[in-house]
Amino acid sequence: MTQPLIIAGRECRSRLLIGTGKFASPQLMKESIEASGSDIITVALRRVDLESDQDPFLEVISPKDYVFLPNTSGARTAEDAVRLARLGKVSGVSNWVKLELTPEPDYLLPDPIETLKATEQLVKEGFVVLPYINADPILAKRLEEVGAATVMPLAAPIGTNLGIRAKEMIEIIIEQSTVPVVVDAGLGRPSHAAEAMEMGADAVLVNTAIATAGDPVAYATAFKLAVESGRMAYEAGAPGTQVQAVASSPLTGFLNA
Amino acid sequence: MTFTDYFHSLDLNNLVKRSESISQAECERLLNKPKLQLSDFPVLLSPNMQSYLEPLAQRAQAITIQRFGKTMSLFAPMYLSNWCYNRCTYCGFSMELDYERVVLSDEEILKEAKALSSTGIQHVLLLTGEAPDKAGVDYIEHAVRLIKPYFSSIGIEIQPLKTVEYQRLIKAGVDTLTVYQETYHKESYMIYHLSGKKSRFDHRLETLDRGGEAGFHRLNLGALLGLYEWRYEALAIAHHIDYLKKRYWKSKFGISFPRIKSFVGQFDVQYPISDKELVQYICAFRLLFPDLGISLSTRESETLRNQLIHLGITSMSAGSHTEPGGYSGSDATCQFDISDERSVEDVCQYLHTQGFDPMLKDWDLQLVSD
Repeated sequence: MTQPLIIAGRECRSRLLIGTGKFASPQLMKESIEASGSDIITVALRRVDLESDQDPFLEVISPKDYVFLPNTSGARTAEDAVRLARLGKVSGVSNWVKLELTPEPDYLLPDPIETLKATEQLVKEGFVVLPYINADPILAKRLEEVGAATVMPLAAPIGTNLGIRAKEMIEIIIEQSTVPVVVDAGLGRPSHAAEAMEMGADAVLVNTAIATAGDPVAYATAFKLAVESGRMAYEAGAPGTQVQAVASSPLTGFLNA
Repeated sequence: MTFTDYFHSLDLNNLVKRSESISQAECERLLNKPKLQLSDFPVLLSPNMQSYLEPLAQRAQAITIQRFGKTMSLFAPMYLSNWCYNRCTYCGFSMELDYERVVLSDEEILKEAKALSSTGIQHVLLLTGEAPDKAGVDYIEHAVRLIKPYFSSIGIEIQPLKTVEYQRLIKAGVDTLTVYQETYHKESYMIYHLSGKKSRFDHRLETLDRGGEAGFHRLNLGALLGLYEWRYEALAIAHHIDYLKKRYWKSKFGISFPRIKSFVGQFDVQYPISDKELVQYICAFRLLFPDLGISLSTRESETLRNQLIHLGITSMSAGSHTEPGGYSGSDATCQFDISDERSVEDVCQYLHTQGFDPMLKDWDLQLVSD
């Protein structure tokens, strides 16, 4: 068994977080989430009507079974995000919030300045804040200092399935962070998730890759196994690698002569 | 540089000519190119590309699923008034058409909002003719505040306004501005728009700049297909989007591709666009702009709409009425006849069978409203 992931004092069942957009039906989303083994799921506040029990999302996913991580997708400023986040808290569904502050609507890259402002404000209001950020180690530390519960650096632009393109920066974030590092966005294959976990990421978040796969339920299972496998490898301590095989010691061999 | 200056510096006729002379070999080269740019657009639109519609459509579908998922956003129009002081030869609201004009009262607006929202629709597009003394910015702002409790997204397709007026409407709760240029071909524009404020081609051309400056979350544009050569219109729109995207980088852009429909007046379509050409038009935009919202209008038939949804469409109207008060039983005169008569529920059911999750709510007024 591997160590459990703990976010804001809560022990999680899984190191895989799931996003709920882009699925062909709420039923398929539900089955994929179940297959993933995840217990933290993120949902766009703009997509759901938390006040309504007839909301198609709430009809299939019960807040009792999962940690609801409402996200502020669509927000362009700290002010937008704070207003949206309060919706989730007021409804009593969750006081967790995944901050997505993306002023540009195509690549949806997060605005570091607005994200820092909103995190500071929401932490003061008693939220558990999980900010989505570019893979910027200094920003990660600044967010940690104002009370972010995790940092969630992107592996690659969202929805691209490109894998860990920001590897060097994510390695620095993992090295320096005192809060869990959740690699978010851009992971397209189970091997990408395993790679993040082997690097020492505390968790990963996946959405597009699963939702748009040929068989989302099977793909969710594959991600579950990859995350478990990657974590196990990390905890086991991977053996070192060498760039080339060295059979003799051409430079220092004379010392033994 | 305003868009007018930029627009008039473009040699669109030459680009159309280039598009018409593209070889099969150039088309094939383009199909293998991973990321397309504006200069590839004449190739995408070329007559020879029609031999490759299937690979084009498959690529359009794959991009759409990756960027938007297996979802379809639904909306419906709500007409507030059919008063209009413009004379436009293709439009059912044109001033010289003789019928009783209406503008909805507060009570009628509320009745309409309740009737529409009870169908499940949460994204509404408010429309008016152009008659500022009957349905001016004060009236529209008031209407937005009245209907806010019933919807989660409010768009407008109304007469062009000033930036500060748009800002008032955003504050009231509007997230989307739709302005169709109708045709980007100035000479033709002058023939179709006989009188009224809409006859000012350049003024209309700059309306989206004012919307962008005001800060709308979404800006929709397009041409009314049938007024001029579709390749010319497509090239103009692509340049317009490219220009706007760079300046108003926080806004999401969308297009629609309405084809002229029958209405209360008479109009001969001089530049018809075939279904095959329409498919090419849609796929070309999807390939050039992977994140562009592409909206499918109720002007098209149920049969064609059922096919087109797979080719890059991200939103469609459902259960539409195009007359003021139409959802609550009015018999006022409509702007054009709709061709897909299915209810919201029927459209949702059909989408499910095709592997789409119909999205009734994809926005929240908290993102704009005061």
